[in-house]
Amino acid sequence: MKRRNFIKQSALASAGAYLIPSFLKPFEAVGMEQLSGYKNLVIIQLSGGNDGLNTVVPYGMDAYYQNRKTIAIPKTDIIKLDDLQGLHPAMASLKGIYDQGLMSIINSVGYPNPDRSHFRSMDIWQTASEADQFLSTGWIGRYLDSDCQTCKFAYTALEVDDTLSLALKGSGKKGIAVKNPAQLYRNTREPFFKSVLSDHSENLNEENLGYLYKTMIETYSSADYIQKTSQTYKTHSEYPQTAFANQLKTISRFINSGLKTRVYYVSLSGFDTHVGQKMQQARLLKQYADGVAAFVNDLKKNGKLNDTLVMTFSEFGRRVEQNASNGTDHGTANNVFLFGGSLKKAGIYNEAPNLQNLDNGDLKYQIDFRQVYATLLDKWLEVSSSDILSKKFTGLNFI
Amino acid sequence: MTPANSSPAIKHLYSRAGFGISYSELQQIKHFSIDQAVSKLFADSKNAGGLSFLPGAENEAALKPLSALSEEEKKERIRMARQNVRQLNISWLRHMWQAESQLREKLTLFWHGHFACRSANPIFLQQLNNIHRKNAFGNFKTMLLEVSRSPAMLQFLNNQQNRKGKPNENFARELMELFTLGRGNYTEKDVKEAARAFTGWAYNRQGAFEFRPFLHDDGPKEFFGHTGNFDGADIIDQLLEEPAAAQFIARKLYAFLVSDTPNEKRIAELGRHFYQSGYEISALVKKILTADWFYSEEVIGKKIKSPVELLVGINRLLNVQYRSPAVLIKFQSALGQVLFYPPNVAGWAGGRNWIDSSSLMVRLKIPSLVLNGGIIDFDGKADIEDEAVIALDRDGRMAANNQAMCTADWSKFLKEFPVGMKVPELAGFLLQPAISTARLKILDNNSDSMSRTVEILSLPEYQMC
Repeated sequence: MKRRNFIKQSALASAGAYLIPSFLKPFEAVGMEQLSGYKNLVIIQLSGGNDGLNTVVPYGMDAYYQNRKTIAIPKTDIIKLDDLQGLHPAMASLKGIYDQGLMSIINSVGYPNPDRSHFRSMDIWQTASEADQFLSTGWIGRYLDSDCQTCKFAYTALEVDDTLSLALKGSGKKGIAVKNPAQLYRNTREPFFKSVLSDHSENLNEENLGYLYKTMIETYSSADYIQKTSQTYKTHSEYPQTAFANQLKTISRFINSGLKTRVYYVSLSGFDTHVGQKMQQARLLKQYADGVAAFVNDLKKNGKLNDTLVMTFSEFGRRVEQNASNGTDHGTANNVFLFGGSLKKAGIYNEAPNLQNLDNGDLKYQIDFRQVYATLLDKWLEVSSSDILSKKFTGLNFI
Repeated sequence: MTPANSSPAIKHLYSRAGFGISYSELQQIKHFSIDQAVSKLFADSKNAGGLSFLPGAENEAALKPLSALSEEEKKERIRMARQNVRQLNISWLRHMWQAESQLREKLTLFWHGHFACRSANPIFLQQLNNIHRKNAFGNFKTMLLEVSRSPAMLQFLNNQQNRKGKPNENFARELMELFTLGRGNYTEKDVKEAARAFTGWAYNRQGAFEFRPFLHDDGPKEFFGHTGNFDGADIIDQLLEEPAAAQFIARKLYAFLVSDTPNEKRIAELGRHFYQSGYEISALVKKILTADWFYSEEVIGKKIKSPVELLVGINRLLNVQYRSPAVLIKFQSALGQVLFYPPNVAGWAGGRNWIDSSSLMVRLKIPSLVLNGGIIDFDGKADIEDEAVIALDRDGRMAANNQAMCTADWSKFLKEFPVGMKVPELAGFLLQPAISTARLKILDNNSDSMSRTVEILSLPEYQMC
């Protein structure tokens, strides 16, 4: 092949393994055995502000039906969980999982002085900042920065996407975005870039340029590790034919092949249902529930569910009262879902949202989302949450 | 004052104060002194040229209010507005690489990040962008006042809801924290009092500023040691009395034009100079561009280009024409900087924050995508503000072209260089950092000058400016 053709599809870099500085090598430093019982956290982001009240429906409250004249879910359709709350019918596939004690619902999660702008509120959730504070690092990124024994590598936090979310960016370390491991591998093995990295020693001393080279080498190394490890496992479970389910299937392959990634991140878009909410939300909730159900069942079958915890959030919920366009507008507190084989308190974790005591038509939060993060960091990822969240938040008892 | 009249210094000046210089232009002015070259940059940017990227959309304000629309019409309105913001984005990006007024566009980009703002209304965004362009190196106080009165900012920072007896502090807080002083230089009480002074600053349906006396709190306010019946303009006056404001702007401009690593001594000096000039931005910019240290080895080639600098640089170098310019938004999104969609009120963090494994892969790939028909095998994330559009779009995202579909003006580009120009000279011209002999060895055995150029642009060194 001519060089001209190489560069056509080139992305980046390649170097012989012998060139990789030892501190960047995948896991020679940490023996496999030390890492048995390796715990994974899978974060699912529902983008756009999912209407939590039409997801976990407070069907036992009259106020719900009064506020949602045209878009309320009829009582008879609801998958009842207790006397007050039940799931949207599009989430039927989660019923069995809920009944097995593999799902937990935390109501009314939010933060003080809630912001109703998508991008600001998403920023707040991803950086774990105060409502009036602007951070340039994400909470998972700062977990990577903490440099703990099991979070040293670029692939410690992995987003199944083409671009990396702020949540996974630290100041010194960043996670890696991989939609397709084979593609990443191909992209990092282009001949032109192989020669670029063939002698880079002098560049590593250059501050910013050196940072680029280091990132290239790290990507090269991670691509190799992710591709080779994930190749060792083939998924036999059935997944729905959706892009979202496919991303979860990729994560399942990573987990089942023993990839030493601790945090996986994935998002599902389209929840900003201002207009004609019913159909749209039902379609998305079905994608979400069917995907998650397949994923949880797959992990269970492979004996990985006890070491896996799935958390789902959205940047905010919707207002209690629907709007005139058969939709809902931006609100505040929302529910958070957890799935896994190690839940200490499965089922509905805390009281249903109070639809009477509102703040300007919005739900009041009962649990700060950073309490959820603190719990995950302290009890699941086993690092000190107060360092990463720069404040001590009271943990919860779901794990 | 640096007399150093040499092409590396001029090239450096143009890479920071503009988006790069062509080989032929460099030959014409390489004998200039730094002062002459800086004067030329200002002269070339003399005309502000109020830009009208969206000429047909001015009537939008006269359209029916949203509440009077049917569901279908509402969907259509949202879609159109989003499309126009994209159009605005592409038009400005293209203007950056085609316009002669390089310094003005570069500084407009700086103010675009400094006064970070989002709006679903493309006309508002265009107005604000033109305020930044018009005042790009004018007087900071004039610009600050115009920004504070722009519908885009009034809407974005909720001053429309700031009323007597029911103050909304959002604008007042960001005015101090992000636009003038920075954290730690004001108190919560200052925020509260300033918010009262800005009550009644609003915009009307025609998209013009309007002072509403009946919503204005005209009681006495106590602000920075003074008491009086202040309004918003008085607050701005008093804020700029604080030398900390000049320091704050100098620090940000230093980071934008010089280095991510602050140099306290230089910043203090620049801040004093800016303050003494009465906040004349041109004085501050000239001071930076003519400083000896601006041309030192620790500065040249040591800064990571922003995604917009990278994209504009390549397109300017080769005068690229796009058949389907939407791909430019996809690039911006994958690289982490979409014009008119700042990540938050604080703007883009810059420096190493631009770089992660995936954004770096895309950066290195951009030259071959744009210049060599490479295959685009990535998707940018949809902006979170576009969720409403995604929610309306039942068929999911439209299938996109997997090639950039553009044409570079290779013949013009190649004609600029002297016949028989060697690889080291070509690389030396295209790259800001010095190129090592190891790099040169990779490039040497390639004879085709087009692919040689693409290769040079694909080096990590090209990411630096």
